Amino acid sequence: MAEPQLSPDVIVAAPRDLQVGPVGRHGLGYWGVGTLIATEAALFSYLLFSYYYTGATAPVGGWVIEPHPALKLALPNTILLLLSSLVAWIGERGVLERKRAQALIGLGGALLMGIAFAIIQTFEWQAKPFKLGASSYSSLYFVTTGFHELHVFVGLLVLAAVFAWTALDYFSPRRNLTVSAGVLYWHFVDVIWLFVFFTYYLTPYMGFGT
Amino acid sequence: MRQPDYRTPHIGIDSVEHQSRLLELWEGEGGLKGFLGTVDHKKIGIRYIVTALILLVFGGLEALIMRLQLAGPNGTLLNPEQYDQLFSTHGMTMIFLYALPILSGFSNYLWPLVLGGRDMAFPRLNAFSYWIYLFSAIFLYVGFLTGNGPNDGWFNYVPYASRDYNPGLNEDFYSLGMIFLGISVTAGAANFIVTAFRTRAPGMSLNRLPMIIWGTLTANAANLVVIPAVSLAFFLLWMDRQYGTHFFDTSGNGQPLLWQHLFWIFGHPWVYAIVLPAMSFVSDGLPVFCRRPLVGYPYVALSTVATMILGFGVWVHHMFATGLPGLGMSFFSAASFVIVLPSAVAVFAWLATIWLGRPVITTAFLYFSSMILMFVIGGVSGFMTAAVPTDWQLTDTYFVVAHIHYVLIGINVFPVLGAVYYWFPKMSGKLMDERLGRWNFWITFIGFNLAFLPMHLTGLFGMPRRVYTYADGMGWDTLNLITTIGSFVLAVGVLLFVINVLKSLKSGAPAGPNPWDAPGLEWSTPSPPPPYNFAVIPTVASRTPLWENRLGESGVVSSVDRGMLLSQGKESIGSSAVDAEPDMILHMPEDSVAPFLLAIGATVLFVGMLLKVWFVIGIGVVLIALGTLLWLWPRRDLREREPVHG
Repeated sequence: MAEPQLSPDVIVAAPRDLQVGPVGRHGLGYWGVGTLIATEAALFSYLLFSYYYTGATAPVGGWVIEPHPALKLALPNTILLLLSSLVAWIGERGVLERKRAQALIGLGGALLMGIAFAIIQTFEWQAKPFKLGASSYSSLYFVTTGFHELHVFVGLLVLAAVFAWTALDYFSPRRNLTVSAGVLYWHFVDVIWLFVFFTYYLTPYMGFGT
Repeated sequence: MRQPDYRTPHIGIDSVEHQSRLLELWEGEGGLKGFLGTVDHKKIGIRYIVTALILLVFGGLEALIMRLQLAGPNGTLLNPEQYDQLFSTHGMTMIFLYALPILSGFSNYLWPLVLGGRDMAFPRLNAFSYWIYLFSAIFLYVGFLTGNGPNDGWFNYVPYASRDYNPGLNEDFYSLGMIFLGISVTAGAANFIVTAFRTRAPGMSLNRLPMIIWGTLTANAANLVVIPAVSLAFFLLWMDRQYGTHFFDTSGNGQPLLWQHLFWIFGHPWVYAIVLPAMSFVSDGLPVFCRRPLVGYPYVALSTVATMILGFGVWVHHMFATGLPGLGMSFFSAASFVIVLPSAVAVFAWLATIWLGRPVITTAFLYFSSMILMFVIGGVSGFMTAAVPTDWQLTDTYFVVAHIHYVLIGINVFPVLGAVYYWFPKMSGKLMDERLGRWNFWITFIGFNLAFLPMHLTGLFGMPRRVYTYADGMGWDTLNLITTIGSFVLAVGVLLFVINVLKSLKSGAPAGPNPWDAPGLEWSTPSPPPPYNFAVIPTVASRTPLWENRLGESGVVSSVDRGMLLSQGKESIGSSAVDAEPDMILHMPEDSVAPFLLAIGATVLFVGMLLKVWFVIGIGVVLIALGTLLWLWPRRDLREREPVHG
């Protein structure tokens, strides 16, 4: 990149053919979403730390109120959320490859699947045999899954905006960082649920806190 | 019309026509809209610095009132509740509202200037983080001024902070205010990280970064991952208080120690976050007055990072007296000892720099070099409390208060005052008064040590911290009187500092671009720098771009007056993360009121949460959603989208 100019010992960078603004995922915005995800991932790790620490130091026996958490709604809902990530990815590919129909179906499909997850989650809450204030366990359960639900809402707003902008034909195979950043955030919301699900629904079966 | 996706930047030399073109592109609007909408990192940096210094004065006044109460035994100036709120608000103000924001202010102002860029990576996010800082500080102080200040110390242990024992709004103001402030710190941290990695001038590879980048980057990498711990802790506390959850309350199988873990997982890295950038000011500023480069640059840079990494693993040393298992305590004790090593690397590097240099005694030099002494004193008292048995003896005594003040005043306030003396000419174009500066320094230095050195003894003699008064005949009377006298002397020193700043702003001698003959890129710009910072993007060939000709080490010379012009819009340079190879032309955003509106929305939300009025919360959420949409709407001038159907 550097070539000597004028005086032989002064160097001046003279790069050629630099991209102007974000091209594809290459731009500052993608790093920005990366830092957002890092801080949010830290938040969830502290929530899960609170669960394991409180459970591990609770008086022996019966800390988890529901020793075998019902998986009837939670497991299919988990699969639905993970599939929505795949569908969102297909939508993103549609934008990258200038396949408009695929883009709209993918992004719109992920949006609908996310809405379904959020609604099913409220049924899941109603089906629980305890309320928020019953004990430290119930408080942790509702606050952790509640935090996740809030992140789902934010992710849905992001997906809705990205869907609308795609419908307005804003993006192209070059200018699409907004789509990739939005879909990356949605992947995060889905992956973090796996940790929440594992902690709250599966570890009691392994004997934690029961 | 489609805009070009790739371009080869023109190379040229700095000229008057080019400068006027850049000024047209970069100069923001005037008036109220310009005031609320500016995204210029220099204006935002100065706002941070001024706001933080005002809060430093508030926190100082609170301390003086406490010292009057404690000047002699059986004081009656304050009742216990007033004293509780004063010491808690003093801690909150100094640690959260002054110590980090002041450093962020300097870094905001200086980063693009030392990196050879034209602004931060996310200028609007920068404005947003300032507004949130300001509004959260106002939120917290509204609590204090209405008699609802925090009253359980800055680290706010449960169960004192629980509703049963603390029924007022005090802890709700504090909890929500801290979550609110955390948004500002997190946004700032994200901005610093991306700026450091992606917006450096060509040639500014990792091994040439100014120390202020290492210090602030390290601190903010930590902030990004530890702020959620304290925000979560305060949120859970607020839930316990207002919605009947049982996180910290043993009656519902809750765990009070969870508060301490979450708080200190945040709190100890935070201690490093509020000293590492200040230490880096010394690493950059001290060598200028020693007339030689910093000794051991790579070791100091690595020790900065190592301190932070170790700093994640020492939080339990704040909890040695809580009855944790011995094995766990010995681990955290050992980690706390080990952290001495990287700290010592920095100390010896500074000493060697002075020893091998030709020191020029200025006020800035006095502040920077005296910091080394106080760092050693504060470090040794910290080292002592890293040993579990010693800690058991000293915990909750004035010894710990003396320690924290040596750390925070010695390693934060002194470097900050030095940094003002050092960079004030760049920011204002005026020199500060050196004669008044000497008076300012020596009175501050004597006052500080008079106040806090004897306080170690007060603690060793067993005086507990956080008591609103004490009986006579305990052997604490004289020591407390000395501390009170010292604190007022310190206050006189700070007053002289304020007078010097105001006087120099009004009638200081013109500074010129480089009054200290310093080596950093920021000194190649006019004082104060124009809105675009650099007329041409500099190319960096060494760690000391303005000293190359006389050091004659590298054989190649940096270029500051010839380089990429980047004037086809509000443009700057994006670079690769490690080597700082130019890899894209950035289009920077214009002034925008979206960050301000978003911050207003956040304020409405937090007020609604405090009052528990769903209608107000709803308005806040809607404002936030609209502000975010306005902000993130893909724009053609930022090359975020294509023209519709084009």
